Amino acid sequence: MSLPAHQGRVPAGEGGAAATSAHVTIRGLTKHFPDAVVYDRFDFDIPRGKLVSVFGPNGCGKSTLINMITGLIPIDAGEILFDGKPLRDIKFGYVFQNYREALFPWLRAIDNIQYPLKLMKLPKAERRMRTERMIASLGVKIDLKRYPYELSSGQQQLVSIMRALVVEPQILFLDEPFSALDYEMTLFMRDQLQRVFVETGTTTVLVSHDLEEAVYLADRILLLSRRPAAIADYVHYDAARPRTDATLSQHDFVRVKAHCLEVFQREVRKG
Amino acid sequence: MKPIRFDLFLPMIGVVGLIVIWYLAVWYQVVDPVLLPSPVDTFRALWNGMAGGRLGFDFMRTLERTILAILIAAAIAIPLGIALGASERVYRSVEFVVDFFRSTPASAMFPLFLVLFGVGDTTKISVAAFGAALVILFNVAYGVMNARKTRLLAAKVMGASRLRVLTDVMLLESLPQTFVGLRNGVSLALVIVVVAEMFIGSTDGLGQRVFEAQQLFAMPDMYAAIFAAGGLGYGLNLLFLLVERQFVHWSGK
Repeated sequence: MSLPAHQGRVPAGEGGAAATSAHVTIRGLTKHFPDAVVYDRFDFDIPRGKLVSVFGPNGCGKSTLINMITGLIPIDAGEILFDGKPLRDIKFGYVFQNYREALFPWLRAIDNIQYPLKLMKLPKAERRMRTERMIASLGVKIDLKRYPYELSSGQQQLVSIMRALVVEPQILFLDEPFSALDYEMTLFMRDQLQRVFVETGTTTVLVSHDLEEAVYLADRILLLSRRPAAIADYVHYDAARPRTDATLSQHDFVRVKAHCLEVFQREVRKG
Repeated sequence: MKPIRFDLFLPMIGVVGLIVIWYLAVWYQVVDPVLLPSPVDTFRALWNGMAGGRLGFDFMRTLERTILAILIAAAIAIPLGIALGASERVYRSVEFVVDFFRSTPASAMFPLFLVLFGVGDTTKISVAAFGAALVILFNVAYGVMNARKTRLLAAKVMGASRLRVLTDVMLLESLPQTFVGLRNGVSLALVIVVVAEMFIGSTDGLGQRVFEAQQLFAMPDMYAAIFAAGGLGYGLNLLFLLVERQFVHWSGK
């Protein structure tokens, strides 16, 4: 099995000619649940301006990882720094899997999107300007005067992605954002996300349980082992963007996906 | 089109059916005519009583007491319910007490409140408020505690402080359940007020009207007062439903 050119196993720093600087450094991350050790001295660097997909066996702690990075779950030990700074000093966006429960049904879509700006205590004019700028750059055609429950599932998730983007985050985290959507909507939303990424170049971490999606969208695929989660492999996929349906049948894509599947199954069998 | 139009009249079938059965019962004298007046006599008594008669006055007195009771209950129970619900541990520590008094028939509290407040309106209103407050408190606290975790996390991850999470998310999340509490509370308050009017030295109110009509064997008046009380209960429930739909448009969606 020949591997992609830049494929490497070194977690800290990427090295080599195509090196990108680390945006987030995770060192010695340790997390115990009452019944299991989820992470034990875990090290990883999230590269700047890249889209990293996190993939691994069920229950290995994919979502737990980004929940710890974003402070939703406390960590037991270790250090997570963003350009050397702690979490509270940076702006980040987070998109939940369950858009229905993540949006506020009592607010119109537009007010949902502006809510984080309100928390930042920005004046009204500034809030409107920022929102309009983002909507224009995304080319979104949704009636944002509607309430979330009046929108389709894909539109609702798009609204929650916009809510995450409106603060102009340095990093965007997405926790299985499309797994509650039907296949048609998933395909559409993948391309919306790719478009956002190409437009903004924001460092993005995508937790996915769909290998095709994980590879299709990623520059880097972080493959995790079973608990305690360690890096099973860290795969580069450098196909040009925008990627399309044709990408899915290209040799490079098929090869990377097959390799990831092999690693994944090796890890599953270990359990 | 036709089936839809017909569907609108479905609720009327029960009403018409009841009146027909009532008529037949009177016509064939199934029940002693003294005990069961005809629908016409009853509705005449209802109409005359409500349009400027004594019944209308009693109706307003009962409405006044019930509204006052529910206002007092809401003013106490909603803030308290939020405070208790915001911390599950705090609620668990008082849960037994709340459940115990919620399960105690409020009518059993009359003697105690009589000692405290005498035989006036204060007793009637405060017992009703007491009963309603516990129902509201319980619902508000559960509404706050059962706020969707994802929604709270979403606010937290966007940088909302604990206070903002409470005011922007928990409060609104608990609104549908709060309205359930208010509707149950107002029904209970009406029951308590009417019972209190019957037995606790009252000179007015629907309870007193029903009781007095029965004592005087004025059967059309008694049935009229019962219907007036039913209308009041139904109307209050409907009012709260309409307000709820206006304020909690997202409920159940």
